[in-house]
Amino acid sequence: MAPIKISQVKKTYQGNVTAIHGLDLDIEDGEMVVLVGPSGCGKSTLLRMIAGLETITDGTISIGGEVVNRKEPAERDVAMVFQNYALYPHMSVRQNLEYGLKNRGTPREEIDRRVNEAARVLEIAPFLERKPRQLSGGQRQRVAMGRAIVRQPKAFLFDEPLSNLDAKLRGQMRIEIRRLQRSLKTTSVYVTHDQLEAMTLADRLVVMNAGRIEQVGKPIELYDRPASLFVAGFIGSPPMNLFKLEALSRVTGQDLSTTLPENTDIVGIRPDRIEAGRGAGLHMFGVVELIEPVGGESHLYVRAEGLDQAVIIVVEGPSTLSEGEVLDFVLPLSALHPFNTATGRRTD
Amino acid sequence: METKRTTFPSKTLPYALVMPQLLITLVFFIWPTWQAVQSSFLREDPFGLASTFVGLLHYQRLFQDPLYLDAIGRTALFAVAVTVLSMGMGLLLAVAVSRLVRSANAYSTLLLWPYAVAPVVAGILWWFMFNSSSGILPYMLSFFGVDWNHKLNGTQAMILVIVAASWKQVSYNFLFFLAGLQSVPQSLTEAAAIDGAGPVKRFFTIVLPLLSPTTFFLFIVNVNYTMFDTFGTIDATTQGGPNQATNILVYKVYADGFIGLNLGSSSAQSVVLMLFVIGLTFLQFRYVERRVQY
Repeated sequence: MAPIKISQVKKTYQGNVTAIHGLDLDIEDGEMVVLVGPSGCGKSTLLRMIAGLETITDGTISIGGEVVNRKEPAERDVAMVFQNYALYPHMSVRQNLEYGLKNRGTPREEIDRRVNEAARVLEIAPFLERKPRQLSGGQRQRVAMGRAIVRQPKAFLFDEPLSNLDAKLRGQMRIEIRRLQRSLKTTSVYVTHDQLEAMTLADRLVVMNAGRIEQVGKPIELYDRPASLFVAGFIGSPPMNLFKLEALSRVTGQDLSTTLPENTDIVGIRPDRIEAGRGAGLHMFGVVELIEPVGGESHLYVRAEGLDQAVIIVVEGPSTLSEGEVLDFVLPLSALHPFNTATGRRTD
Repeated sequence: METKRTTFPSKTLPYALVMPQLLITLVFFIWPTWQAVQSSFLREDPFGLASTFVGLLHYQRLFQDPLYLDAIGRTALFAVAVTVLSMGMGLLLAVAVSRLVRSANAYSTLLLWPYAVAPVVAGILWWFMFNSSSGILPYMLSFFGVDWNHKLNGTQAMILVIVAASWKQVSYNFLFFLAGLQSVPQSLTEAAAIDGAGPVKRFFTIVLPLLSPTTFFLFIVNVNYTMFDTFGTIDATTQGGPNQATNILVYKVYADGFIGLNLGSSSAQSVVLMLFVIGLTFLQFRYVERRVQY
């Protein structure tokens, strides 16, 4: 167990492609930090640099107060769960779990104790003598987790570990990973492109874009107060509605430039904060183009005249509306997020 | 596994399509094999005018002949040495090339060239280099106090044919090992690195076991190569000499048959050799393949 400190880390590949531009991040002892972002944002590269699988072009990474830049992956005492699990196909599950411990010269009784304990926690005891190919995807995932926890490392690194599972299993494993990490209190870095996974797993969420950190914070903070247009669009499903200020002013017939902060030229609002009917705020109306019933709530795609994109509105329960109907709705002023396009940042 | 099935409109067309390959196999493989089997039971008179059926006489004599029994031992040594040397070198080069990023293709191409060289030509090349009066290698070895003359020294002659036979086979093994190495997922070696295994340990505990299908395949191919395809190498370098020191089974078939003109015994030898290789391949597939991982 150890804090991880990343300071001014850069990664440049041959041919001067910069993957990560001088990144700073402090991960506290026992914390679960999730790196999230679109593919190519540098999140996996950062994780692999922590693991020691990629060289660090510039800056330092320290684990437990010790700079690890020049250390081999083996000497960093971290464990990693790979996207494709990377189980050794020629070894039984037990041998897979033992491999890392044997390499470190752990005594036989200690190996057996830890393997049995991990097998019990992860409920893989019945498959210990099987080969990985004889296991289902979910079971392989558990073995990969087991291989990480038997090591009792300073930190866990997860590289999109759930992306090869079906939706139901992914939900289950997500909960298990969270529970396990909470009980072991091991510092963890988790990489994903799935924002739902990111929101639910993270103590702190790091949104990355094009090799830079967009915002760091508790998931709910990022949801409630996205610091940039990118975060606003990335976090939340369905995504935040973003309107050009002048279009919104024209459609609603209200001059918003005085009520909103200076330099605001784009305004966002979460689909679930838009209220159907008439009330205080910006009043609009439009034709319901599409209704997506998703169970507990429904997503309405409403075409308002004068706006070039559909407004997404989330309403509770099954919608009583039908497609083609005209809907009145209100954007409460308190729910608006003001942004500036040029800087991409929040303006308030 | 589901395979794509093609349906032919007429019944004769599929047979017509496989006919060329069947004919080639029949004329150049089945027929000669049959003739060899036939003549191994016959004794030819000196002028080739008549032949007598002698049953298993040739086979009986063969296994009482000390020269033949010696040749079996010698062939085993030769086969093991060539297989180990060429596979070892091939693997070593493949590992070295697989670590390269930009120059890997150039090296692979260069390393493949020896495979295009005919065994006889390869034999002659090595014969030149090891030539005791004009070759470069005996000259260099003389500085180390080694008096190289494979025309007199049987051990040196054996080393020469082993090196000559291995050289071109290294290319073949290299190519397969390189492909094998590239098919080992990178994440496995990365996982092993994080699990605390150094490069050497990773190679022996992860990479090598995962290469076992390739290794197994190459083992069979190489043993068969040493048993059958090394005639040219031997003929171009030592002709089985000195004093039988490099007379391996496949060369003895030729020497006894075409030089000694004992066609019956020569045929019997080639049948034994063929049965031996069939048996070996069968055994390998039957017992070794079960232990092959993956």
